[in-house]
Amino acid sequence: MTAVVSRLKAPGWRGKALFLGIAFVGLVVLPSVMSEFRLGLLAKYLCFAIVAVGIDLAWGYGGMLTLGQGLFFGLGGYSMGMFLKLQEAGPKGLPDFMSYNGLTKVPAFWQPFRHAWFALPAVLIVPMAVAAGLGALVFRQRIRGAYFAILTQALAAAFVILLIGQQGYTAGTNGLTNMKSMFGYDLNDPVNQRNVYLAVAICLGIVFLLARQLVSSRYGRLLIAVRDGEDRARFLGYNPTVVKVLAFTVSAGMAGLAGALFVPVVGIMSPAALGIVPSLELLIGVAVGGRATLIGAVVGTVLVNYAKTGLSEHFASGWLYFQGALFILVVAFAPKGLAGIRDMVRRGRSTGPAGGLASPMNAAQVLEVLA
Amino acid sequence: MSTLLEVRDLEVVFDGFRAIDKLDLTVAEGEVRFLIGPNGAGKTTLIDVITGLTKPAAGTVTFAGESLLGRPEHKIVRMGVGRTFQTATVFEQLTVVENLDLAATFRQPMRALLRRRKGIGDAVAAALDTVGLHDQAGSLAEVLSHGQKQWLEIGMLLVQDPHLLLLDEPVAGMSKDERARTGELLHQIAETKTVVVVEHDMEFLRRFANQVTVMHEGTVLCEGTVAQVQADERVQEVYLGRSRDKRSTAEVS
Repeated sequence: MTAVVSRLKAPGWRGKALFLGIAFVGLVVLPSVMSEFRLGLLAKYLCFAIVAVGIDLAWGYGGMLTLGQGLFFGLGGYSMGMFLKLQEAGPKGLPDFMSYNGLTKVPAFWQPFRHAWFALPAVLIVPMAVAAGLGALVFRQRIRGAYFAILTQALAAAFVILLIGQQGYTAGTNGLTNMKSMFGYDLNDPVNQRNVYLAVAICLGIVFLLARQLVSSRYGRLLIAVRDGEDRARFLGYNPTVVKVLAFTVSAGMAGLAGALFVPVVGIMSPAALGIVPSLELLIGVAVGGRATLIGAVVGTVLVNYAKTGLSEHFASGWLYFQGALFILVVAFAPKGLAGIRDMVRRGRSTGPAGGLASPMNAAQVLEVLA
Repeated sequence: MSTLLEVRDLEVVFDGFRAIDKLDLTVAEGEVRFLIGPNGAGKTTLIDVITGLTKPAAGTVTFAGESLLGRPEHKIVRMGVGRTFQTATVFEQLTVVENLDLAATFRQPMRALLRRRKGIGDAVAAALDTVGLHDQAGSLAEVLSHGQKQWLEIGMLLVQDPHLLLLDEPVAGMSKDERARTGELLHQIAETKTVVVVEHDMEFLRRFANQVTVMHEGTVLCEGTVAQVQADERVQEVYLGRSRDKRSTAEVS
């Protein structure tokens, strides 16, 4: 019975202390010691970490291997980008790329994004609505596993093609660029960049706590149940479609939020950040950190992105090989990622292999899709 | 006793093969009914149809006066029909208590689900006692033995609190002691519930069954008490297989 009691006490004081410690370092220490450039990079990684928490919710806990999170990241990012471009152009003005492309007035679907009251909620609502609609259609048809993964990947690819094709409306391959200010604040000012970083870090904290509440609630147990035995869960009286749509929608909302934050951090929102490859990179962080552990998703994503930057700075073409090797290593030897290694160290060598959550078969399924 | 479950003229066809052919079955409230028959007789298919997993080609299935056909599985569960599976399927990455808790809370609205579980509910505690898994309450279900998983599944069915329990081979693969315990458990459950049990094990049947329905090639061969069914020549023929040879040998000698 002691085991039951200890499980019920979650979150323990240790978890709380760790969270507060990381928050202190992230919000106070790092902004004062890091260079402007490095802090900007970290802000970008934390945006990806927000997406990763969402992926972990959908994939790690819900078993929905979503390879197209770039779609939702882009929907949020473009909502924010459109708002900023229109702000810059002024009440009667036309965003720069539109005049290059021969447009004489702002298209109707851009108009609502002039208003903050529309554009800012749209950052969450648009990706969540798309995910809810898509999820309701797909999950009701009991489409899952590799089929679902391929579907999401194809959607991300289609979204990129759409963006590139409609140059007059979306700025095509270049994307929305030259976003210099937000609410009248100059985004190039180091003080404002620091504030943007703080906003991203706080959003990550909120997203993390929200996800943590979800996975430790009964709903979280149900999500795991649906992941491991969707049909069995039906015979407990639950509709797995509803359970999965909820997790998928929340994960899309997180990706949308991250996309929107990415815009003031980087100043650009372009198709290059949304396609198949960036969507996969988001996933790799979760796999490396250890799926179905939220902290693993965050740590894994930040580490993988640091590795990417570090390696790219020294030998530009090496990263892709390293990324591939990293993924194979994780799948083959540490299916539970860093979190699995941590658990193994904690338990000592007395117990058997980590096994369980991330079985080799699931990993093989990922490889199959990536091939 | 009023009728709880009524199956009429049921037909199930898989790729031209008639798994169930013009089957009628009536189960009264409070009854414990055993379904037996050789492999391929259509016993599990019948349970699959009742619980919404398989769509029949023709016929009706009525539970407490309402048709079950065309309803999704989880709605049938919510109407009060629960089942177990031949191979115990519990959620291995959840603890025993979490498994039971999920089975207990399906009637609650989504917002109740969004809260953390606090303590162990009365129904869950009672089920832990009934199936004797108190000591394993906090363990992951994956560490349970085969028999314990079957009991956990029965426990989940108990907290689910259905009117009708459909048990598909509850003692398959169990040791002798486990069988005896399961039999006692079954008796305990039968005091308050209507139960349909699919079972192959003849000894278990003799010890715990009273009303038996014998199925053969997708239809009901005969119904009655264990003694009546065992005395039926057709049953001996299809189920035991060699009765005709025996009799002919007897006649010769």
